[in-house]
Amino acid sequence: MLKSLPKFLIAAIVAAVPLAQAAEHEEASGQCRALEIAHWKADTEIGNSASLQRGARNFMGYCAGCHSMKYMRYSRMAADLGIPEAQLEAALLPAGSSKNDYITAPLDATDGSAWFGKAPPDLSLIARSRGTDYLYQFLKSFYADPATSSGVNNISLPGTAMPHVLSALQGVPEAVRCTLTESVGGEGGGAKGDVVVQKLEVPVAGQLSAAEYDAFVRDTVNFLDYVGEPAKLHRTSIGIWVILFLLVFTGFAYLLKQEYWKDVK
Amino acid sequence: MAASSHDAAGKGGFRAWLNKRLPVDEFVESQLTGYFAPKNFNIWYFFGALSLLVFVIQILSGIFLTMHYKVGEATAFDSVEYIMREVEWGWFIRYLHSTGASFFFIVVYLHMFRALMYGSYRAPRELLWIFGMFVYLALMAEAFMGYVLPWGNMSYWGAQVIVNLFGTIPVIGPGLVEWIRGDYGIADSTLNRFFSLHVVAVPFALAFLILMHLVALRQTGSNNPDGIEIKQNLGADGKPVDGIPFHPYYTVKDLVGVGAFLIFFCIVLFFVPTFGGLFLEKPNFEPANPLSTPAHIAPVWYFTPFYAMLRAVPDQQLGALLMLLAIVVFFFLPWLDRSPVKSIRYKGLLSKLFLGAFVIAFVVLGYLGMAPAEGLYVLLARIFTVVYFAFFLLMPWYTRIEKTAPVPQRVTSHA
Repeated sequence: MLKSLPKFLIAAIVAAVPLAQAAEHEEASGQCRALEIAHWKADTEIGNSASLQRGARNFMGYCAGCHSMKYMRYSRMAADLGIPEAQLEAALLPAGSSKNDYITAPLDATDGSAWFGKAPPDLSLIARSRGTDYLYQFLKSFYADPATSSGVNNISLPGTAMPHVLSALQGVPEAVRCTLTESVGGEGGGAKGDVVVQKLEVPVAGQLSAAEYDAFVRDTVNFLDYVGEPAKLHRTSIGIWVILFLLVFTGFAYLLKQEYWKDVK
Repeated sequence: MAASSHDAAGKGGFRAWLNKRLPVDEFVESQLTGYFAPKNFNIWYFFGALSLLVFVIQILSGIFLTMHYKVGEATAFDSVEYIMREVEWGWFIRYLHSTGASFFFIVVYLHMFRALMYGSYRAPRELLWIFGMFVYLALMAEAFMGYVLPWGNMSYWGAQVIVNLFGTIPVIGPGLVEWIRGDYGIADSTLNRFFSLHVVAVPFALAFLILMHLVALRQTGSNNPDGIEIKQNLGADGKPVDGIPFHPYYTVKDLVGVGAFLIFFCIVLFFVPTFGGLFLEKPNFEPANPLSTPAHIAPVWYFTPFYAMLRAVPDQQLGALLMLLAIVVFFFLPWLDRSPVKSIRYKGLLSKLFLGAFVIAFVVLGYLGMAPAEGLYVLLARIFTVVYFAFFLLMPWYTRIEKTAPVPQRVTSHA
């Protein structure tokens, strides 16, 4: 009950949003508008351990070559996510690492800045400092740009030093551009005559469909959210008991107060 | 009172032995069972006791944090993450402390608002008020230096901005800033001395000031929502007719307040510890980086009203002065208020309007201090800064000319 009511409300709101957006799009059809990604929501579920496990697999497979998680131990990750030790050692643990090691990247920071122009940052706290929605938008908004040294650019972080590591999965999206015929205010706006990215299209699909790629990114971001604050897995379930205790305590304290105050006239 | 003599006779030996050597019963009698408080306290009177509770929470959680925190620019940030991840219940201790910091200001602001409403700063409670203001000043220093300790990027840049304000003082400013930092920039030495001040010097000062605040309170007795001096109406037994012993009546009542308060406190602690970036800011999860300035440098919410005033003035020196005055002016309240009555209940319409406008100004300035200082926001900050100061500076005028309602002989309600 406690959980289902907010979920119902959220579901109702979420159901209403596309309707409103569809109406908006109808109006703007044919007109040039910059692609807005700020409303792309990660919608991760920290309680979904299958998603977290897939996220760990994704991270170890695609990110851990360059990005470290220096505050996270393999063993802690396995214990928290319910990954059996045998599976951790067989599938996730890099050769030469002990399960009690912190997750460090084989890429040296000096090499990283020499090769990419900027050393790939540690990702332990990236979900806390940037938020999960930002990470979701970032991983979904790469597009081909021959002008950059990596051959790709990114809508949420223009000029990013990171190549599109997940291009084998997503394919390399192409930016479809248009020219604004009038000045548009707010986010996704610009001055009249500006050439903006209208949408991203994947000409040659990668190994995953668009929906599968979204799920892949969502799992990965969910995992990053967990790594940002491992205590998040437990604190809310402890919190419910604490609040229930306090409600009972306050109830009895109130009865005690009423008893004492009976004789105050 | 009756209860204590009964106990002394009943328990005999040890209690009598103890009381001969330590005035335990005498203390309890004078401070709790024989200390009379007005019986008409309302919900606003919870926040003094709650401030004390949060102070205790901060000291206790701080002791445990200090066991694991490693001061130093190379270790501070890592050690906080170590606490969050590898120390047993470390996340709980850390959130207790970070949530406590924000709740400290929430309860203190509500406590101060109570004093503004009911004229608790008026004679004979001027010193009580001034000690309270010093507690508030010490709390601000404590909170600021505590915020620097995790050595996140906002810690670093916040320290940079705030410490530089001292540089606007004529003549001695630049040297003073260097002396405060112990370096030419915010650096390891700054972090080290802030740690020392945060865990030793300021908590001692706070404890002393809180004690003086309470001693002064015991001397004058509490004000109440009617602003009546209960000591002026004594019964045949020599006790105030509108007073009740603090213990047990207010101890059990405060217990209800503590329970209710902890519910709010724990909802934040367990479910939304960052409070959407208000209590723990996003940029502070990145380590301090002198080469990367956060997009918007803003202090934590409890300082933002003053920060908005600072930015509302085009000249930094004048802005800093105005910010200082915004706090100093509180000290003069007992002498600015010329009304014949204490409580807002019996003051006239003007007092009510000005108090309402002041609260709105404080909240709006708090919001503006978080928003980027541009366009309309700057104009609004200027307008509400004027409103803020008008509350104080026009007080001698509006409290004198308005028509007040008659104050009753006895307190009017209790619950």
